[in-house]
Amino acid sequence: MSSIAEQFGREDWTRHTPKQKARRFGTFAACAAAIAWALTSIEVIWAWVWDSPEQMGDLFGRMYPPDPTNLGAILRVLLETVNIATIATAIAVIMSLPVAYIAAQNTTPNRATLWIGRLILVTSRSVNTIIWALLFVAIFGPGVLAGIVAIMFRSIGFIGKLLGEAIEEIDKRPVEALEATGASRFKVIAYAIVPQVMPTFWAVSILRWDINLRESTVLGLVGAGGIGIILQGAIDTFNWPEAATVLIAILVLVILGEIVSAFLRRRIL
Amino acid sequence: MSDHPDTWSRPPFIANPWLRWATYIGLAVYVVWVLATIPIDWGRVVEGVERAGRIFGGAFPPSFERSGLLIDGFLESIKIAVLATAGGVALSIPIAFMAARNVAPMPVFYLGRAFIIVARSFHPVIVAIIFVKAVGFGPFAGVLTLVVYSIGFVAKMLAERIEEIDMGQVEAMRASGAPFLSTLFYAVFPQIMPRQIGLTIYQLDSNLRASAVVGIVGAGGIGATLANAFGRYDYDFALAITIVIVAVILVSEGVSGYIRKRVG
Amino acid sequence: MLKITDLVKRYGGGDPVLKNLDLTIEGESVVSIIGSSGAGKSTLLRCINRLVEPTSGSIVLNGTELTALRGAKLREARRKIGMVFQGFNLVDRLTVMENVQSGRLGYISTWSAIMRRYPKEDIRRAYELMERVGIAHYANTRADQLSGGERQRVGVVRALMQQPDILLADEPTASLDPKTSEQIMGLLRDLAGELKLPVIINIHNVTEAKEYTDRIVGMRYGRIIFDDTPAQLDQDAMDRIYSGSPHADRAEQTVAAQ
Repeated sequence: MSSIAEQFGREDWTRHTPKQKARRFGTFAACAAAIAWALTSIEVIWAWVWDSPEQMGDLFGRMYPPDPTNLGAILRVLLETVNIATIATAIAVIMSLPVAYIAAQNTTPNRATLWIGRLILVTSRSVNTIIWALLFVAIFGPGVLAGIVAIMFRSIGFIGKLLGEAIEEIDKRPVEALEATGASRFKVIAYAIVPQVMPTFWAVSILRWDINLRESTVLGLVGAGGIGIILQGAIDTFNWPEAATVLIAILVLVILGEIVSAFLRRRIL
Repeated sequence: MSDHPDTWSRPPFIANPWLRWATYIGLAVYVVWVLATIPIDWGRVVEGVERAGRIFGGAFPPSFERSGLLIDGFLESIKIAVLATAGGVALSIPIAFMAARNVAPMPVFYLGRAFIIVARSFHPVIVAIIFVKAVGFGPFAGVLTLVVYSIGFVAKMLAERIEEIDMGQVEAMRASGAPFLSTLFYAVFPQIMPRQIGLTIYQLDSNLRASAVVGIVGAGGIGATLANAFGRYDYDFALAITIVIVAVILVSEGVSGYIRKRVG
Repeated sequence: MLKITDLVKRYGGGDPVLKNLDLTIEGESVVSIIGSSGAGKSTLLRCINRLVEPTSGSIVLNGTELTALRGAKLREARRKIGMVFQGFNLVDRLTVMENVQSGRLGYISTWSAIMRRYPKEDIRRAYELMERVGIAHYANTRADQLSGGERQRVGVVRALMQQPDILLADEPTASLDPKTSEQIMGLLRDLAGELKLPVIINIHNVTEAKEYTDRIVGMRYGRIIFDDTPAQLDQDAMDRIYSGSPHADRAEQTVAAQ
């Protein structure tokens, strides 16, 4: 009895053609080279690196047990953090509506407005909240306002982009139908476009609120209000047990925020 | 003909009237309370307008004079991003398997999930200041920070993908008597590989963005350069750095999107 | 009275889709337009309410030249032209009442439109019409909860809420099953009689055209080649309407023009 291989006269099989092999090898080599380049040229003191597990252990050791004596103040500032995130998200949502409108190809009045809209979105999105916060702390001085404005500036781009894409993807047929009834542009928007983007609007707003909750916990590190100020204070004074309490409080806040936004998403959508 | 009603109102969004009014009143009270209690020094805000004028006046035209510093900062950011992505993705794979309900035993599953939740919940900047305190200023703290950041995202998405795999393929492998690792390589990895590559590229892009930020608290890279420029009121250099950051992020986003489209 | 004279529509630089077309519709007749896909039926209908911009020619509705109108004047003219669509074109996430009232948007203030505060007589009329077509109990239901036939009834009521001088229906039954399709055609015919309203219906189904309409216009590649009562539509006329291909026909036209 002859085996299948003998019958068909072929005993070797490879998954990839030589060209595919070369490409895969090239990709791997490029990745390896990038990592090697980064490893060899990065300016780190390797003694510190080898020492780091011990240092980390030491740090966490000093954090335990967390010190809850300042818990009242921490919770009060935590609430302020939530307020920063919520107010900033609310204002950003409202301000992003006209931006989304002019940045969507099918609703923008003309090419110039389209590019203005896109410029606003790109600028807002590419600059991180913390960098915006640096700028606004320089302008308004340290405090809550700088934080609110920083979060707003970053959120407008995020919400505006996703909302603009939702406007571009709407079903155009109801728009056509309402235009055929002789309704004005504004009423066509209110009746044919707004209802269609409402689900995205809520989903994006909730998502951004959740993200902003996280971002608002670090604003204080550059002086823009919120829980970060207390964390920075505790770390600067080497009060590690209190820093641990703050970290736990932030963890609980973020998890609660995620639960709340999941609940809202289920209820509204 | 007049037996038809002549009033109509839209069905309310929240059907239960008690709940509806409670929600509305609650929202109104919240807004009033926040606006009344939020500590904003309006006098300081008014001064801010003038100060903004000075800052923007100082920022224009952006100064690229110290471009050497700018390039060094950026190269460091890129190195941080590359190393953090490599390390983060490598660590994400075992953690993702731990955090996938369908392959991990319950206690391991909870441990894996806990890892991911902690890694996701802390903003990279908070993680960065802790690492800076533990291992000292510089890019190493940045790498460690972004490794944690990568795990939070990549391990979560990968775990979700693993939970969605077709167990039929795994069963087929087991039925043919394949050992555990072979099953992993032949039935599980092919199913998660495309997602894994997409996630890695996405995370590299994300890490590059984040590396510009963690530097502000001392974890190396372009962020440190930017924070220094701000601290020394070199607004023209700060603007130059910001412009380059925006440009690099846009390019990186474009490239990452293109590759993911090609691969995925 | 609707009078179309010498209507031409050309998309881009290609061959015209409508070629020097003339059509007059008087009184309250129900007219169907038949012809194969690509014959220009839909373009013709959309030229009337200017959803499609005619290249040249004239369209006069009750003394108003429609082709010259712009902006507010055009919207005013459109209020008098109702349209029913193949895909119903309802706003899925709004209630049936809101969809129906959107036919009145041209008449009410922006504020009332946004607050959903419709005039009493509009609401009464909406309930009357909805009851007439059998969807009154759905007033508070979202449009995406309805079946195809019910959705098209909403579409018809929306168009009638405009109190139009003419009703255009673009393949109103093409997305419906045969039984529902006949119901909608019957409804259009009956409503035309009750409201003394001329109706133009684009339709693929020749049997329905014969049964429910008073006059059949046969189009072939941008021209009207048949215009008579349903009884006159014999096999020979059918063959002429449905033969050929757009490409061959247009090429032939070009050769003839040279």
